[in-house]
Amino acid sequence: MSNEAVIHGHGVAAATHDEHHVHHHKETFITKYVFSQDHKMICKQFLITGMIWAILGGLMSVLFRLQLGYPDTTFPWLEDIFGKWAKGGKIQPEFYYALVTMHGTVLVFFVLTGGLSGTFANFLIPLQCGARDMASPFLNMLSYWFFFLASIVIFSSLFLETGPASGGWTVYPPLSALGDANEGSKAGMDFWIIGMALFVVSSLLGGLNYITTILNMRTKGMSMTRLPLTIWALFFTAILGVLSFPVLLSGLILLLFDRHAGTSFYLSDIFIASTGKALPNEGGSAILFQHLFWFLGHPEVYIIILPAMGLVSEVMAVNSRKPIFGYMAMVGSLFAIAILAFLVWAHHMFVTGLNPFLGSVFVLLTLLIAVPSAIKVFNWLTTLWRGNLRFTPGMLFAIGFVSLFISGGLTGIFLGNSTLDIHLHDTYFVIAHFHIVMGVSAFFGMFCGVYHWFPKMFGRYMNNTMSYIHFWVTFLGAYLIFWPMHYEGLAGMPRRYLDYSGWVSFRQFGDLNRFISTVAMVVFAVQLMFIFNFFYSIFKGRKVTSQNPWGANTLEWTTPIRPGHGNWIGEIPEVHRWAYDYGKDGREFIPQTEPISANESGH
Amino acid sequence: MQHFELTKTVNEQRKKIHPHKFTLWIAIGSIIMMFAGLTSAYIVKRDQPGWTSFGIPRTFWYSTFVILLSSLTMQMALKSFKERQMRQYRILIIGTTFLGILFIALQWAGFMQIWHSGVTLKGSGAGQFLYVIAGLHALHVLGGIIALLVTFFRAFGAKLRNYNSVPIEVVTTYWHFVDLLWIYLFIFFLWIH
Repeated sequence: MSNEAVIHGHGVAAATHDEHHVHHHKETFITKYVFSQDHKMICKQFLITGMIWAILGGLMSVLFRLQLGYPDTTFPWLEDIFGKWAKGGKIQPEFYYALVTMHGTVLVFFVLTGGLSGTFANFLIPLQCGARDMASPFLNMLSYWFFFLASIVIFSSLFLETGPASGGWTVYPPLSALGDANEGSKAGMDFWIIGMALFVVSSLLGGLNYITTILNMRTKGMSMTRLPLTIWALFFTAILGVLSFPVLLSGLILLLFDRHAGTSFYLSDIFIASTGKALPNEGGSAILFQHLFWFLGHPEVYIIILPAMGLVSEVMAVNSRKPIFGYMAMVGSLFAIAILAFLVWAHHMFVTGLNPFLGSVFVLLTLLIAVPSAIKVFNWLTTLWRGNLRFTPGMLFAIGFVSLFISGGLTGIFLGNSTLDIHLHDTYFVIAHFHIVMGVSAFFGMFCGVYHWFPKMFGRYMNNTMSYIHFWVTFLGAYLIFWPMHYEGLAGMPRRYLDYSGWVSFRQFGDLNRFISTVAMVVFAVQLMFIFNFFYSIFKGRKVTSQNPWGANTLEWTTPIRPGHGNWIGEIPEVHRWAYDYGKDGREFIPQTEPISANESGH
Repeated sequence: MQHFELTKTVNEQRKKIHPHKFTLWIAIGSIIMMFAGLTSAYIVKRDQPGWTSFGIPRTFWYSTFVILLSSLTMQMALKSFKERQMRQYRILIIGTTFLGILFIALQWAGFMQIWHSGVTLKGSGAGQFLYVIAGLHALHVLGGIIALLVTFFRAFGAKLRNYNSVPIEVVTTYWHFVDLLWIYLFIFFLWIH
């Protein structure tokens, strides 16, 4: 080691990693697989934890779809498993609310935020920027372990006697603030708040690292405009998270005070029917919570969808063997979405008594999001246009993503209008909209990423037959489940009800509901097949034999097939061009590491 | 060759802001958002019926003075560290830690005065907001004190003498930030009543 490094090198992550490289530290099981500081291992930890959550969250939806599809049937086995929550083989109202609440919480935060960003930001940022690891591998490790702790807290709330939180994933007070009002607002709500606080810490630690790594640790020649779109998307995602999650935390802290310290930030003039008591709280405003919640809540949906957009852009360009269409427009529209994300939160509150004039400002800002979204869709379609398409499973999911994003995006224009929202709010139309545009779409982005980068993560391929079955069933299933819900929603069928049979106008949807539930179960079963394929392929999949199996330009494919901690052996390669030189000058692809030759054509 | 590469990486790094410092700046942005959320909640709530307010106790002026002074000692500590005046550095760090603890104690005393004037956690006025907001700020100062102690013991407990000033610079920046944050909150509470 030179003197230089002794004096200045301490704490410089890059220098420490070179050191690792020379000595080849003996790693124990604990430091390699458990408290790992290698971004690639942390990525796998996030991915597998996210998968476990996805199965649990999906299972919850199967359970409540069972109730919605077969409201008159009893399932005695449910009582065997859930006891008093499914008395007489029927899902009880409290249990139903707990299921929908936890389904939302788990999928939105633990799968599509933690699981998606955590996995791909960790994996791709150092590999595609050309860094040995994150700016602070230690904080990165803490980020996962806070996520794990948050998971434990939320998971254990499922076993409370009074059940987990059950006031909806948005936990609006006063319901969520008053233990007397609702079983789920007792201890379950405290677990929810603590779990979410830990989750916020995790996502902040992660986000800080992602931003710093992207801005400070890129390899030589990797200017910002040479970055692949995945990194741009993950960059804006991290910024959104860092700026919006703390506001949610503020809102939750005030909620915690209302619950336990007797303050009235959100509570005013309340009479609880179950106890027959009038509460002394005065002067609070429940709407205040909604403002604080949705100031996070809206950016949150972009935190979910932006990484998916980035993954899709990259996979689509690689498998179309064409440069991404309109690279700068793609970056610009990501930026525009990130800005607008902070200016539209009140469109979740059109019917709360919001000032109609203010409402119309939010309508305008909301509809403005259609512009960058349309730019992105246009660019994806033009990337596909006359491309030399290779329908790998990753590519199919990328195309599926675009289809779903268009379908779900169009209904967003309906819901963004404050007048239409008077009719459509809190109906199945909303359910259909956000499940297609951010739920299933984000899942498609995630699947696309998993299939595409699986060979880099584990040095093996996933089974193709199972992958294609997985795609087609999930794709068709997603439309079959959510398309009919638009119809129910337009008819006015409200969400969050346990049983519609007592409702003359919605009784007619009994068969439709049964159909939706059946498809939901089939799609869920296919996800289990995906999980099987994933784990089976880790150990038994076909081995990757070439360094760059997809013929891609980005830096991660210049590492060894199974990269060690530090990613590259020897020096980190230098970058000479952008990531999208496909089909140029008669060559199929030109990696970013190749210097620009003298007689090469311009872009 | 390894030596060469190492030196080069370090040299390249030196041109840019150190990643840890950069991380801190983003974290500061995040903390600002948290307090921006709380103070804007305060502003929204203020215009609604049932708002109660109270007089700011004089203790908060003392605590403001103490935290300003601690920023000064912190800056001087950083300067002595860079000049390798280790004795002076040690004294100044201990002084800063002491002033930080004194600040939290004074905040607590201020809370007690407000509490005894009849403003408890019942209700939803300026007092309740002050308990939450200033309380969270005090927690951030406590975090700063812990970071200060960790840096301090790490610099002197290790077998190897460490002359890297990055950790202490990070702590200094954070310390100035919690100072400025309190100034903002104090003016906010004084002004918007």
